[in-house]
Amino acid sequence: MPTTPGSLREAAALIEQKALSPVELTRACLDRIASRNERLRAFITVMAEQALADAARAEREIANNRYRGPLHGIPVSVKDLVDIAGTPTTSGSAVPPRRPQHDAPVVSRLRAAGAIIVGKTNLHEFAYGTTTDETAFGAVRNPHDDSRSAGGSSAGAAVAVLDGMCYGSVGTDTGGSIRIPAAACGITGLKPTHGEIPVDGVVPLSTTFDHVGPMARTVTDTAVMFQAMLEAEASWTRVPPAAEGPLWLGVPGGYFLDKLDTDVARLFLSARGALEAAGHSISDVSIAHAARTPDVYLAIMLPEASWYHAPLLRDYADKYSPGVRLRLEMGRRVLAEDYLRGMHARSVLIRSVDRALEGLDALLLPGLAIAAPPLGASSVEINGITEPIRSAMLRQTQMFNVTGHPAIAMPCGTGQDGLPRAIQLVGHRGATERLLAVAAAVERQIAGGAGSVGGGAG
Amino acid sequence: MATDLAAWLAEAIADAEARGLPALVPLLQSLARSLQSLRDADVELGHPAATHFTAADDADDAR
Repeated sequence: MPTTPGSLREAAALIEQKALSPVELTRACLDRIASRNERLRAFITVMAEQALADAARAEREIANNRYRGPLHGIPVSVKDLVDIAGTPTTSGSAVPPRRPQHDAPVVSRLRAAGAIIVGKTNLHEFAYGTTTDETAFGAVRNPHDDSRSAGGSSAGAAVAVLDGMCYGSVGTDTGGSIRIPAAACGITGLKPTHGEIPVDGVVPLSTTFDHVGPMARTVTDTAVMFQAMLEAEASWTRVPPAAEGPLWLGVPGGYFLDKLDTDVARLFLSARGALEAAGHSISDVSIAHAARTPDVYLAIMLPEASWYHAPLLRDYADKYSPGVRLRLEMGRRVLAEDYLRGMHARSVLIRSVDRALEGLDALLLPGLAIAAPPLGASSVEINGITEPIRSAMLRQTQMFNVTGHPAIAMPCGTGQDGLPRAIQLVGHRGATERLLAVAAAVERQIAGGAGSVGGGAG
Repeated sequence: MATDLAAWLAEAIADAEARGLPALVPLLQSLARSLQSLRDADVELGHPAATHFTAADDADDAR
């Protein structure tokens, strides 16, 4: 058995050449899960038997020259907020799980593309948090430092990819829940344009802001996962190649740069410098009303989350994590007037981001304002000022849930504390594939930074 | 804080305490500040009724 491939692309190439057995690859991932999950708690449910059966079928198909594409025989994981037929959807909670009879469409599409689902990953309870230390299945630990959070809410999905337990993960993102753990762990995570990937079969948090998206080690790996989640099939010829020629990028200032830890600021400036040195044009831009984002987000997200949970709170209030329960109770008090005010403000923010993007390929900003925080932390100090942990972690990401623009977080280096830091690129609405092409080009310039898990474009 | 949100907050706090959820109180206070901030931004964010305020001010100036 050769050394396990480092990326989805490498694994896919070996499988296509029939130089790597999907069964052996799946078994290697399951062995990795068995040896590491007790400590890291990335998985809630491991689907070993089904995964090996699916891998054996993939192997037979490939041997008979019925190769489906780059995801054929590749082990992937699914956040346990997403329905898989015959497997409970726990949502990371002690509240009785959903027991779905059908796969969520995003899961069906991955299966149709030949992916092997190895299990369901741990998450912040009901996706309602950024640290994944409120979960009925034990806090997810960051492999870079297991006293640290892996972010959230899709922490298990991020850790599963980082730690070699699978080659791609399905996450969800309502305020940053793909991009935050991607940044905290040093992998890549994409929030597509709102509505692009169906959220049917996914436990909702806030229907106006919920997105489903892929997480993987590199932009190319993420792009092929996205393609399969979009179209139920994948092909290297249709993965967008890295954008050619000079890029036009805009850095939004003010709100997005005001509160960053020292290493985030340093590595972001370093990434900006590397891109400018490579010939790309980077300008400073302004997003009007950006500072209103947290208030708009709360006015909409809180009541939408509470609406879904109202029947569950009647019977199972004591089953929720205390913090999640309190936030749900809080949301039930938001008046319709304020919710509608938030929805109007959302339309203003959408136009603000559209205007900021005019003439640009993408916006460039830090992906997460801080390093992965210690497990259990409720606040963080940023340049001498104490901030609540949730608002600090949501600051860079939540605006693009409000507006629905596609956004991708990618590693840009390692801080002096040994923890990864990330940048984020934001693209035009409806142009997620163009954003992936831009991201692939950017990755070439910054992927050489220390701590870049992908080790380069590929 | 405007009277209506102040009344809302008082009622919400009373309800939280009656239900044995004192930990909810600081969250409600923070939420009230956030909602008030968004209400205060009605003109800035182009609330459709904002032109009523402007029209009334212009009429007063004309007199």
